[in-house]
This record gives sequence, C-alpha cells and structure tokens, in this order.
Amino acid sequence: MRISKGIFVQITLAISLFLLIFILFNNLYVNLINKQIGFTFNWLLRPAGFALSESSLNYSPSNSYAWALFVGWINSLKIILSSLIFSTLLGIIVGLFSKSKNKLLRKFSSIYVGLIRQIPLLVQLMFWYFVVFLGFNNSNNDHYSHFFSVSNKGINILNLNLTTEFSALLFGLSVFTGAYIAEVIRGGINSVPSGQWEAFKSVGLSEIQGVFYIIIPQSLPAIIPGLTSQYLNLAKNSTLAIAVGYADIYAISDTVINQTGRAIEGFLILLLSFLFLNLIITYAMEFLNRFVIANQNRRIR
Amino acid sequence: MTFMKNIINVVNLSKSYSAGIKALDDISLDVGKGEVLVVMGPSGSGKSTLIRTFNGLESFDTGYLEILGIRLDPNGDEKNIREIRKRVGMVFQQFNLFPHLSILENITLAPIKVQKRQKIEAQEHALSLLSNMGILSHANKYPSQLSGGEQQRVAIARSLALKPDLLLFDEPTSALDPERVNEVLDAMRDLAKKGMAMVVVTHEVGFAKEVADRVLFMDAGRVIEISKPNIFFQNAKEERSRRFLNQIIK
Ligand SMILES: Nc1ncnc2c1ncn2[C@@H]1O[C@H](COP(=O)(O)OP(=O)(O)OP(=O)(O)O)[C@@H](O)[C@H]1O
Ligand SMILES: [Mg+2]
Repeated sequence: MRISKGIFVQITLAISLFLLIFILFNNLYVNLINKQIGFTFNWLLRPAGFALSESSLNYSPSNSYAWALFVGWINSLKIILSSLIFSTLLGIIVGLFSKSKNKLLRKFSSIYVGLIRQIPLLVQLMFWYFVVFLGFNNSNNDHYSHFFSVSNKGINILNLNLTTEFSALLFGLSVFTGAYIAEVIRGGINSVPSGQWEAFKSVGLSEIQGVFYIIIPQSLPAIIPGLTSQYLNLAKNSTLAIAVGYADIYAISDTVINQTGRAIEGFLILLLSFLFLNLIITYAMEFLNRFVIANQNRRIR
Repeated sequence: MTFMKNIINVVNLSKSYSAGIKALDDISLDVGKGEVLVVMGPSGSGKSTLIRTFNGLESFDTGYLEILGIRLDPNGDEKNIREIRKRVGMVFQQFNLFPHLSILENITLAPIKVQKRQKIEAQEHALSLLSNMGILSHANKYPSQLSGGEQQRVAIARSLALKPDLLLFDEPTSALDPERVNEVLDAMRDLAKKGMAMVVVTHEVGFAKEVADRVLFMDAGRVIEISKPNIFFQNAKEERSRRFLNQIIK
C-alpha cells in the first residue's frame, strides 16, 4: 500500500500538535500543583481595591475584580472602535491622495506612509502622549473652548471629554493604522483596470465622482481582506495602551494579576477577551465580504 | 485662430511619450460637422494617441487643438477638458463598461450625475437608445451577461446618452468575434446616416468605403495622406499607403 506524501505530512503535523498541547497542559498542571493555589475563579468576586483613571461605567475600588476587568474590556472596545473609525477615514483620504493628480497631495501621502511605517508604534504613542498632549499648556482661554479645546487634560468636544491618555492613544493608533490602511486602499484602487478610469472620464464624470461611483466599488473585493488584517492588528496593538497609562483590558489584567497572583486564570481571561474581540471583527468583515462578493456574483453570473 | 464650421481643428500637433520617439509628429487635420473620418495605419502609428487627445485622455506637447470650438492647451485645462467630454462620446476597443452597474445604470450614470437630468427622463432616453441598438431586452442585465457585440452596442448607447456632437471610436470591432462585427458596424452606419460626426479608428475596409467621408492614413506619428475613400482604396496617392493596403487587403 502506498501512503501519499501529503498524508504523511498531515499525520506528522497532527502528532506534533498533540504533543505540544500535552506538554503545555502538563506544564499548567505542574505549575498549579507547585503553587498550591488551585485553579479557581472565586477571586473574581472579591473587591478590586484599585481606582481606574478611565471608566465609561460606574466603577469604584469596592467593585469586584470581575467588574474592573469588564470595565477594562469596555475601555478596550472604546479605543479600538474609535481608532478603527478614524484610521479608516484617514486611510481612505491618504490612499486617495496617492492617486490624486495634485503632486503635493501625492508627495504628502508617500511621506506620511513612509515615515509612519519606519517608526515603532510604541515610540509613536510616547510621542503623542508626552510631546503632543502633555505639551499643551493648561490655559485655554479663546472663545471656542466651549465647543472644542485641547489641553494637557485631553480633548474637549462639546460635552464629550476625552482624557489625555485616550486622546494620545486614539491619535497614535489612528495615525499608525491609517498609514497601513492607505496602502491597502491604494492597492485596491490599483487592482481596477485603467480602462475604467478612461471610461468614466470619457462620460464626463469628475475624478471624485468616478472614484466613488466606479473605482471604489470595484476595488472593494481587493480591499476588504487587507482591511480585516489591519483591523485585527489595530485591536492587538491597542494593548500598548499600558504604555500611556490608559486602563484597557490588558493594563487592568496586569494589575489584577499582580494583586491576586492569579496569572494563569488572568491570562486565560485576557486571551478569551481578545479572542472574542477579534472574532467579532473577523465575522463583521466576513459578513461585509460576503455581501460584496454576493453582489459581485449577481453581476458576473 | 477659429474655424467656426469645423468641429475639430488640429494644427501642427506633436507629442512624444519618451524623448526622441514621436507618437504624434506635426499633425494637421480638420473634421467638419456631420463628417465621418476613418483613421487607418499600422500598429503603433499613433492612431489611438491621436483620437485620445480629442477628448483630453492624452495631453500633447505642442500645436493647436480645438474641439467643438473649445481650445485645449497642451497641459490640459481641467475645466475645458470636462466641457469637451460632456459633448464628445468615446467607444473603446475593450468596451470598458462598468461591470458593477446594470446596463441601464451604465447608460444613465453620466446623464444623471454630470448633466443633472431627471432619473426618469434619463432612463426613458436610455431605453430608447437601447431600443435603437436592438438590445432593449438586456436593460436590467449586467455587462458580463452580454456577448461582446452586445456590450459594444451598450457602450455606443452609453456614449450617446449625453447627446454628444462628436463620437470617437478606437477600433470598436477589433475585440469582437467575426460574426459579431456587423451588428456593431450597422449601429455605427445608422449613426452616420443620422448625421453624427465621427472619428473612427478601424481596419474595416468595407465600412470605410461605404461610410467614411475621408480616410486619414498615418504612419510613425505622421499624416501620410487624407483622401476620399474611393481614391484612397483604389488609387492611394502615397506609396506608403498602397503598401499598407496591400497588406490588409489580401
Ligand atoms: N502610455 C504610453 N507610454 C509610452 N508609450 C506609449 C504609450 N502609449 C502609446 N505609446 C507609444 O506611442 C506610439 C503610438 O501608439 P498608439 O497606441 O497611439 O498606436 P496605435 O496606432 O493606436 O497602435 P495600435 O494599432 O497597435 O493600437 C507607439 O510607439 C507606442 O508604443
Ligand atoms: Mg490603438
């Protein structure tokens, strides 16, 4: 009997994977025994005892660890969603700039993308936090300050008060991710045949009309997969919040683990939180992709 | 310098894509109202480049170019170019229909977005154009569901939707199966009969003999001759033209 090479590789892989999982669980088991603290989530209901710099929900140190972690999860969601929106807008604008007839806009686009991709995200976050936002002085006396003001206390838009930490993180993540999204958009636009540009120009549409009615709709199938991975990266990168002192799920888990010593359970919760977050992003984008593809198929049938 | 009776005036037009090689070399020509000019010439002789300058898809280096009384400068003034494009239709070798829009939407997009016409009126107009082209039943399909000949007739209908004064055709039948060529040529014959001014790059000798008012023969970016079709095909003035004709008419 002949066993094909493919099956042999698969069996080897399966065995290795099984061994790996076995080793990991064995380690976990041994660790738990050694520490003699068992594997339990009871501690989640004990009061957290620490204050949070940022909370969209009611929170005080007498609330439970579970509640503190949940507040952190909401904070993560808040920074991820707002950065996602801003970086997408920024990415679309800069991506379109790269296709503009205006040389200055094209230059701006390439310098922005080039520069942002050279510098580590952590450094950029520190820059936004220490240099930009903490650099603003506190006095803001002009008459616009009721509606909009920037100071070392953060950003104030109407009644929305954004903390310095949130603002720095929002700018840092958006500007960083925006550069990558711009490249995704540019690639998507390049995937549309040049005949489409000539055709829309020939019927008298302006560049802007043509891009929105003709080019963007056709570039979506090429854009969405790239956009998905940028969104997933954004979610993961948001854990750098700890560097600027923003109370996201990672920062709070870190404190919780330090206080309780429950590293294994803590990391498990953290892991599942991110798995859940990223699954939401993945499924939302998959849904969007199906929608686009379904439309495409209807047309190509 | 204005020539009111002509809809195209070209004087000493030159263009090169890269230094040294001239895609257009000192071209002068004119096209009158309702005239059909057929452009012929070997591959790479500059036919596409020439007609693409007529609606601003290509810029040029030097010379004078005036379309429908609007002057185009070498660098291409955006406002003038768009004014011209609203009044000049173009049909491409590869059809270039918008694949994500239905046939009807392909045709009504520009009338609605560019000319700000009412949607209902634009649709009625589009349907009558499709009916003229004999493809009314395809109105709600998508381009990929149509044959090449049908797609090219949609492209002609699309170019007519803005009620243009001039149509440009760049090898409109070259990408078609041979048995699909005539349906497109017939549609073009009809337009010529109705008095539409057209510049047509094509190697269809039968069409040129029957429909063209004049034939322009190009080689290496230069105008070799401009003649009436009966002269060009039977008794071309230039040796270069006769050699070309010997090659395409076996
Ligand atoms: N975008 C471009 N960049 C550089 N050179 C070009 C470009 N387009 C055309 N050319 C060159 O300009 C010359 C004229 O090309 P053009 O496409 O106008 O010829 P044509 O007569 O339409 O040829 P064909 O019959 O093959 O369509 C050719 O030498 C061609 O290689
Ligand atoms: Mg050509």
